[in-house]
Amino acid sequence: MNSLNNSVGADKVENEGIFTRFLRATEIDARLLGMIAALIMIWVGFHLYGLLVNGFGAFLTPRNLWNLSVQTASVAVMATGMVLVIVTRHIDLSVGSILGFSATAMAIMQVWILPEILGLGHPLIWVITVIFGLMVGCAIGAIHGYLIAYLGIPAFIVTLGGLLVWRGATFLLARGETIAPVDATFTKLGGGPYGAIGATGSWIVGLLACLALLGLLWQGRRKRVQFNFPQRPIWAETFLAIAGCAIIVGIVMLVNAYYWPKGIVRQYAEANNIDTPVSEIFISHGFAIPVLIMLAVGVMMTFLTTRTRFGRYVFAIGGNPEAAELAGIKTRWVTVKIFALMGTLCGLSAVIASARLGSASISLGTLDELYVIAAAVIGGTSFAGGVGTIYGAILGALLMQSLQAGMVLIGFDAAMQQMVVGSVLVFAVWIDTMYRRRAK
Amino acid sequence: MSNSENQTPLVEIKDLSIAFGGIKAVDHASLDLFPGEVVAILGHNGAGKSTLIKILSGAYKRDGGEIFVNGEKADINNPRDAKKYGIETIYQTLAVADNVDAAANLYLGREILTSYGTLDDTAMEAEARKVMGRLNPNFQRFKEPVSKLSGGQRQSVAIARAILFNAKILIMDEPTAALGPQETEQVGQLIHQLKKDGIGIFLISHDIHDVFDLADRVAVMKNGKMVGYAKTTDVTKDEVLGMIILGKCPDGAIPGPGAMQEA
Ligand SMILES: Nc1ncnc2c1ncn2[C@@H]1O[C@H](COP(=O)(O)OP(=O)(O)OP(=O)(O)O)[C@@H](O)[C@H]1O
Ligand SMILES: [Mg+2]
Repeated sequence: MNSLNNSVGADKVENEGIFTRFLRATEIDARLLGMIAALIMIWVGFHLYGLLVNGFGAFLTPRNLWNLSVQTASVAVMATGMVLVIVTRHIDLSVGSILGFSATAMAIMQVWILPEILGLGHPLIWVITVIFGLMVGCAIGAIHGYLIAYLGIPAFIVTLGGLLVWRGATFLLARGETIAPVDATFTKLGGGPYGAIGATGSWIVGLLACLALLGLLWQGRRKRVQFNFPQRPIWAETFLAIAGCAIIVGIVMLVNAYYWPKGIVRQYAEANNIDTPVSEIFISHGFAIPVLIMLAVGVMMTFLTTRTRFGRYVFAIGGNPEAAELAGIKTRWVTVKIFALMGTLCGLSAVIASARLGSASISLGTLDELYVIAAAVIGGTSFAGGVGTIYGAILGALLMQSLQAGMVLIGFDAAMQQMVVGSVLVFAVWIDTMYRRRAK
Repeated sequence: MSNSENQTPLVEIKDLSIAFGGIKAVDHASLDLFPGEVVAILGHNGAGKSTLIKILSGAYKRDGGEIFVNGEKADINNPRDAKKYGIETIYQTLAVADNVDAAANLYLGREILTSYGTLDDTAMEAEARKVMGRLNPNFQRFKEPVSKLSGGQRQSVAIARAILFNAKILIMDEPTAALGPQETEQVGQLIHQLKKDGIGIFLISHDIHDVFDLADRVAVMKNGKMVGYAKTTDVTKDEVLGMIILGKCPDGAIPGPGAMQEA
């Protein structure tokens, strides 16, 4: 036993050399790999649990993973904004309440107001509603940002107040009711069989993603050559290209392997006068629209944080607020913009969440702040400020949602789920603190 | 001041005051600076040197007094205003953004953009390599966040940032405090070079030898007040030390409001 342990240990050290070299050559973040490893452990763990206890592993199925992707969207969208908030050493505890308020405002717009003006089912209803929802979120965020930046009230207090104020306002606005049903086109933004783009669409998205990946790698290399900077070795570039495309293709195949439920297919066949027996029709879901929204937000936010002045300022402020101010950055104005962006993203998540539900209940978004903050932190955003990534936050959201979905599959009740989520949040921050202390 | 008497000063500070709570950190201080001149500001710890230049660089808002740039009244309320007048500052605390790399620090607030309006990191890095090469040829760690650099390397970054944008007036608050002998020498040469280009420099330093090597004039502060001004050719080091420690103004110097009154 002892000698076995030794050899494993020795092996590990040797592997670490190669492994570190691999990481350096590909410039892959070690943290990212850690996160993916944790994700795989959670997935396999819940799957095996199902296999052993129920005789059926329900986790690693196209159906469950597809649903997981849809459930992740709302939290992930908000988590990308939370990254910027936490990077600048603030916090936003009000995201769940902003989501609830925006969702209710939108529901009132599309259920009570717009049908009166435009007529029921008018094609513009969902467009106006979505824009309205984003504006509501943006306005609330901007108010918070103003109070924090210009009046100097700590973000913790402003958004803690916001948590109560906007939940209360939601209750008043909705007069305590759940408002339903929302516009039919609007519901597609929440996913479901009709809110997904099907097999062909998904392949197109996958193809575009592969092309984009190759384009980015190529352009990055060309620029480094042009300025004579150190480059990645060719094998590392090739590895990144192949691995990236393989993952994309794998995801497309996965979402296409989840077919419409028979009931929906029957409806669809009847509506379209298809004679083939229902049992022989297989219609792929493909990517759900909320997942595409999430991916689009991820791309846009990554662009914003890494390629624009605004993003650069956010990180500079997070690293040293005084230095940023002395460098001539309008730090207060940037803070207002960050919170306004956070609010807008809450509005977008409100679209996804209420569309998925088909209604706006007054408790929509309750406790989301915990999931969103946990997602950002698990994804590598540090409370010490100045550090965090968008892709990390999205992966963090996926991880939190995987835990949640797994616990539901296992049959944990809500009380137990809350305890686990709370503990995971504290645990993640502890891991982060350890990691950073060692990295120094 | 004789050789520059009929020229307009690059900067003229008149009766500047600021108080923090009860402490008059700067008390009716006046000072001027001509093109191609190095003026050293001296004084004991807490004399108000950093505070005075922070008003000039827009970091603090003054309670009273006026600033003139090229003879015209300047309206400096924040660091952006000061930069508009061509005033660049190397702060004693360095004031670098720790978590971004050297190039990002050099261009912080004034990034080079591509034609699409996005950050042009490669161009900024290329420029950064040029400037840093001039200042500190050993410097290679361009990709690392500045927090990972040594104190002297960070100071080089702060200096590079100040000279990158064609400053007309350069403020250096103890620029060589963390530097090794070779790098200090490099900064000395840099100061000579900048002088030749007609740039005016305020230099804050506790090293009296450095000051006599580099500066044309000294201005001495004590408890927020100006003790006096002197050309380095008109006074000895000991006399300047007397000004710093006792507030005693020698014959070769022009006394200010903070000078010890002879009984
Ligand atoms: N932000 C501030 N708030 C309160 N007091 C301050 C502040 N900045 C400076 N002071 C006070 O003003 C006085 C002058 O400080 P200053 O930093 O200008 O000194 P200095 O001459 O630069 O000293 P040193 O040689 O140590 O750098 C000190 O008494 C200091 O405590
Ligand atoms: Mg000082």
